[in-house]
Amino acid sequence: MSEADTPLKAHPPVSPESVEYWERCAAGKLLLQRCRTCGNVQFYPRLLCTACASDELEWLEASGSGVVKSFSIIRRAVSAAYEPDVPYVVALIELAEGPTMMSNVVDCDAEAVRIGLPVQVRFEAISDAISLPVFAPA
Amino acid sequence: MSNLSGKVAIVGAADTQVGKIPHMSATQLCIQAAKRAMDDAGITKDQVDGLVTCNSMAEPHMYHAEAMAEYLQIFPKYCVSAGAGGGTTFAVLYQAAAAIVHGICETVVISMADSLRTGLSREAAMVMQSSSGHPQYETPYGSTVPGYYALIAQAYMHEFGATPEHLAGVAVTCRNHACLHPGAQMREPITVQDVMDSRMIADPLRLLDCSLVSDGGSAVVLTSAERAKDLPHQPVYLLGAGEGHGHEHISQARSLTTSAAKESGARAYAMAGLGAKDMDLAQVYDCFTPVVLIELEDLGFCAKGEGGDFVAEGHAAIGGSLPMNTHGGLLSHSHPGNPGSMFALTETVAQLRHAAGERQVEGAETALVHAQGGILSSHCSVILGREAG
Ligand SMILES: [Zn+2]
Repeated sequence: MSEADTPLKAHPPVSPESVEYWERCAAGKLLLQRCRTCGNVQFYPRLLCTACASDELEWLEASGSGVVKSFSIIRRAVSAAYEPDVPYVVALIELAEGPTMMSNVVDCDAEAVRIGLPVQVRFEAISDAISLPVFAPA
Repeated sequence: MSNLSGKVAIVGAADTQVGKIPHMSATQLCIQAAKRAMDDAGITKDQVDGLVTCNSMAEPHMYHAEAMAEYLQIFPKYCVSAGAGGGTTFAVLYQAAAAIVHGICETVVISMADSLRTGLSREAAMVMQSSSGHPQYETPYGSTVPGYYALIAQAYMHEFGATPEHLAGVAVTCRNHACLHPGAQMREPITVQDVMDSRMIADPLRLLDCSLVSDGGSAVVLTSAERAKDLPHQPVYLLGAGEGHGHEHISQARSLTTSAAKESGARAYAMAGLGAKDMDLAQVYDCFTPVVLIELEDLGFCAKGEGGDFVAEGHAAIGGSLPMNTHGGLLSHSHPGNPGSMFALTETVAQLRHAAGERQVEGAETALVHAQGGILSSHCSVILGREAG
């Protein structure tokens, strides 16, 4: 990367099954999928139910609450774009509805994050179209 | 019972120099490893009718194995460029063995090399490696590869009460073994305290909990058990192999603390008709220290949660009940990326030939070698022995 480039954080390459997910993120809503056949709730969005392979899936708006299932404090950024954020917390969040997702834990002292910490979703715009769901202590 | 067990043997094995090798390209390292392995086996390149490689990050080719065959001017019947991350090595080993057993080809060279240390910028290497994250649901959050593995480490320590000292014990064991290997990249002894004093990279992983970044290549020659008898070295027979696949992305893992090594190991033991207790040594994929503890447990060498004590008590040291990573592993011998486990394979061949010098595990007859790729994702275990069965 040359000095002239403004370092950009990685932007998610939106795919057909995730258009709605990212559109709703931009509007401050976190979507999961629920299977109409068996009731399974899943993340990330896909064509089929991970439990019964039914394609009868519907969107379910998540409560946005969850707990930290695991986490790390990143001391050495993955690239220049993330350096200003060091130290930042990458975490696996177990959502109240069941599925686990990766995210950041923000708006708190990184050293205070613990497994089991209750968190609530919020959204961080990284471009006009894309807002990332991140989590803060509830 | 499988008909693969005992039918194919490793008859040649060799490494290039490892560490910083700026004067050689990844292609040259791949070819040099292949040549040395053929020399070790006492065969010429014209006897090779199968070639397996993995792509290089530093010097990629669209169709890597084909490009290497052309470079060598060999014209194989079986030519595969494999890619399953760190698990690649052992998966291709038994697939190539199957090709031999089924008469597709007779003699296969498996050669893998890369120049992660000097062939790529630090930033390029980091970005390339962390591209293992899911591009939509993981990568945007800015984790590094150590960060992904730290999620496993944190969960493991939380669930089983493992300590930073337990993790450090793995690094110290591997370093002690590397000190006995003249070709290893890191040959200065370290202590548990050194590991715990090293810089935090991604909590709870410190610098010395993380594997090396290296240039290097390594290769083996595989042929039928029948042909192996006419070649110069003690054949090292493939007795068992198995894969297990739990997830690709760590946020989708069924469990953060039990891996698909449990399945790959069980399948390999079943094919070999052997169990964990029959292994005289093990090479266990050590990209990061906590992974070793999880794998030792999932492969049946100790109970769940007891990996840390198993290592701390010296069982995994040369002279212990199950010497592991006798060349120093990815933590202290070398880690040129996807080829990393090849060195565990060539080391196992040296051990089973009883030619490992100072590192020799006394009377080693049977060994398990295990690798995983992704983020504790795809696993492959193989069992090798001096007797065909
Ligand atoms: Zn369903």
